[in-house]
Amino acid sequence: MEFEAVIGMELHVQLKTETKLFCSCRVEFGAPPNKNVCPVCLGMPGVLPVLNKKAVEHALRVAIALNCRINRESLFARKNYFYPDLPKGYQITQYTTPIGWNGWIDVNGKKIRIKRVHLEEESAKTVLEGDYAYIDFNRAGIPLVEIVTEPDLTSPGDAVQFVKTLQTLLRYLGVSDADMEKGQLRCEPNVSVRRRGEEKLGTRREIKNLNSIRSLERGIRYEIDQQIKILSSGGEVERATLLWDEKEEVTRPMRMKEEEEDYRYFPEPDLPPLLLTEDFIKEIRKTMPELPHERKERLIKEGLREYDADILTRDLERGRYYDEVVSLTSDPPETAKWVITELKEKFPPARELAWIINAVKEGKITRNAGKEILKEVIEKGKPAEEIVKEKGMTQVSDEEEIRKLVEQAFEMHPEEKERLFSGERKLVGFFIGEVMKLSGRRANPGVVKRMIEEMLG
Amino acid sequence: MEIVNLFGWEIKEKIERGEISEKEVFDAFYERASSSSLNTFITLAEGREEKKEGKLRGIPFGIKDNILVRGMKNTCGSKILHDFIAPYDATCIERLKKEGGVILGKTNMDEFAMGSSNEYSAFGPVKNPFDPERVPGGSSGGSAAAVANLEVPIALGSDTGGSVRQPAAFCGVFGLKPTYGRISRYGLVAFASSLDQIGIIARTVKDIALTLEVIAGYDPMDSTSSPEGVPPYSKIIEEPCGYKTLGVPEELISGCDEEILNAFQRTLEILQRLGHKIVRITLPHAKYYLPTYEIIAMAEASSNLARYDGVRYGLRVEGESAEEIIEKTRMRGFGPEVKRRIMVGTYVLSKGYREEYYGKAQRVRTIIKEELEEALREVDFIITPTAPFLPFKLGERKEDPIKMYLSDVFTVFANLAGLPAISIPGGRINGLPWGFQVTGRAWDEENLLTFAYHLEREGGWSLRQ
Repeated sequence: MEFEAVIGMELHVQLKTETKLFCSCRVEFGAPPNKNVCPVCLGMPGVLPVLNKKAVEHALRVAIALNCRINRESLFARKNYFYPDLPKGYQITQYTTPIGWNGWIDVNGKKIRIKRVHLEEESAKTVLEGDYAYIDFNRAGIPLVEIVTEPDLTSPGDAVQFVKTLQTLLRYLGVSDADMEKGQLRCEPNVSVRRRGEEKLGTRREIKNLNSIRSLERGIRYEIDQQIKILSSGGEVERATLLWDEKEEVTRPMRMKEEEEDYRYFPEPDLPPLLLTEDFIKEIRKTMPELPHERKERLIKEGLREYDADILTRDLERGRYYDEVVSLTSDPPETAKWVITELKEKFPPARELAWIINAVKEGKITRNAGKEILKEVIEKGKPAEEIVKEKGMTQVSDEEEIRKLVEQAFEMHPEEKERLFSGERKLVGFFIGEVMKLSGRRANPGVVKRMIEEMLG
Repeated sequence: MEIVNLFGWEIKEKIERGEISEKEVFDAFYERASSSSLNTFITLAEGREEKKEGKLRGIPFGIKDNILVRGMKNTCGSKILHDFIAPYDATCIERLKKEGGVILGKTNMDEFAMGSSNEYSAFGPVKNPFDPERVPGGSSGGSAAAVANLEVPIALGSDTGGSVRQPAAFCGVFGLKPTYGRISRYGLVAFASSLDQIGIIARTVKDIALTLEVIAGYDPMDSTSSPEGVPPYSKIIEEPCGYKTLGVPEELISGCDEEILNAFQRTLEILQRLGHKIVRITLPHAKYYLPTYEIIAMAEASSNLARYDGVRYGLRVEGESAEEIIEKTRMRGFGPEVKRRIMVGTYVLSKGYREEYYGKAQRVRTIIKEELEEALREVDFIITPTAPFLPFKLGERKEDPIKMYLSDVFTVFANLAGLPAISIPGGRINGLPWGFQVTGRAWDEENLLTFAYHLEREGGWSLRQ
């Protein structure tokens, strides 16, 4: 019997704001425990929340980028439950009216529907050590955007592509670094399986604790297999929340359906309704950065191969660097080649790479010399032009000079010369190489080739 | 005249004229408060802050023990916060201090402001200064009794359903609950956030006006505080108030004790003699005021009190797991009335009941608000007795929450609609104080206080002894 999986996703994204959602404590990764705390985010008696405008802007950007409808008026709500890492005994979130709803995102040509995008506060972080649980409140109150999709994904690979696409998008928007390993992006897929052709959805189970793309893929795959096993043997899948065990690569039940909590949602009386004016939304739309799909389309239009355009879209930092360099070279394919294949982590100033690319194109230096110069520019931080002058690396294109060098090479390798002249044409390459060596890699290889061919008659 | 007999504004003027010193003032009240047998204060200040110029220079204040004063214990009358030291000043305290106000101490109260008799305090009940066998009202019972007993000239309280006005009436002093949003709630420990408002208790309207003009106004730390301008109330109230129309909602007050009703009738007659007009008004939803209030107040309370879990501060009862710590701490830390309200509040918000109770109460609240605003377009003020009965005996209603909740029957509507209301001492009945309440339009403390001050001076309700 054939089965198919149906997967929906709930994601939490930590927003990259300067301060927390409801107080002025700093948002900082890796600060010593309980450094960035105040009465408000510790849930002291008498404190009140004050909404961070930047967080609203970020959430709105996400909602717009996900093609959502925007709620002009949205309410905050309290989600009530007891947990040691929840300072107030409730989380301030949005319930009936999220900032954004009814959107979609294109993932490799497939439309994934977005149910809602809303703003809420992060809980503190519990650290288990020995017999004790320690709580770090630095994390408490960091702004989160929750994104919920419709169950439009059908495989672990789908889910991975979706998350990667979203990651790129979030980084483009500048709202989050979306690093899963750092907990800045957390995915909780809900998975169900049904017999192919059936319309009714199977019972879904939610998987938590997926802390990397790899875990996400394996967790979903494992859960699909489990459910297929249960269904094939005539069993029924029970609704549950599961925890992914990264070491054993299995899921374990965290709670079954009957233990489902009642969060007793009600409107947060400490915050007035959030009103997004037409002007505010317009302003955010106007200042939206170029989105990944827009960027890729533009790069292809400018003459890049799809493969290169894709790299320069996914790697935003490299992509932005490319933009800078290309504005100085006006040669997209050539610039892309250099930026993609010749640069690792460190990028030199854009004008230096542009100078090198232009110099190669104009025949001032050889491509190989260019690569060497680039290395030195990065290591020593010297301008490319200076390095060229110092080392006398200017390319030699003078025909007389090159002819002399060719003759010199013939003298050094009489046997090969003999074979070349008796018709073994592949030795042209050998002699070009030799002449390059003799010239200290300064000879223009095109001229060298022409000279040899001329001498062959 | 002895120092403790002085009004707050008189103290300030005498200090400015050099007739008395800040130290003399502080010592006189400190002496009286520390030797009080009424159990009015939970904590007394250890010393006076450095003297400072300002509108409240040298005036000692009693602060209800749910308004945070940095460095002082803030118990909320509860065991669960018995050792909690406030890490910051509430906004109103910051403003008091800035204008030279002096904190004398933290006053006793019903646990988390839940109660109308002050018997639900973990630190023992407060006694009524007019009869120590009777309650002072609540939940700001300590504040009202301290002012009435001349232990402090002015006190701050909090009013969620009448907790400033009802004890003011029981103790024969003035008690104002301003418009919701008028005074920042930052630093007021929340009971029911959409109803809570800090209030002022004093023996003269002038002291209330003076205090209000200092502590009112927008606070960036409280998103529900209003940017509405704050006029110089203490000057404005000296102006003539003109003739006013007062509405009496008869169906609301019909359930009142007869002795109160009689005294109230006589009050209305005096008002007419002063030239004011008394008219009957109809408030069709009056019978829903109390249940609506109770559902909303308890729902919000059940959430507001969730933070007392023994994890970060306050009482902690150890256990094997986090859940056990939370459960045991709350079990032992909260008193019976608080538990009762948390349970009801949790119930009215739970799945399957939320719409029927909380949802409906919210919709009724909107109707009530409109009904009162409508009435206040016809009349300048709504007038009622403050409480339906006289101060009762300690223990008399403690075991019967329904009877206790009736204390709020005339006061909750001002909270539901966010309106300003003041309780004015009406004199004595059988030696016990009673009070009447005047409710005004939102943001119109100006007219309300001017009217109350006019009654204080011309109606024979002055408390000058």
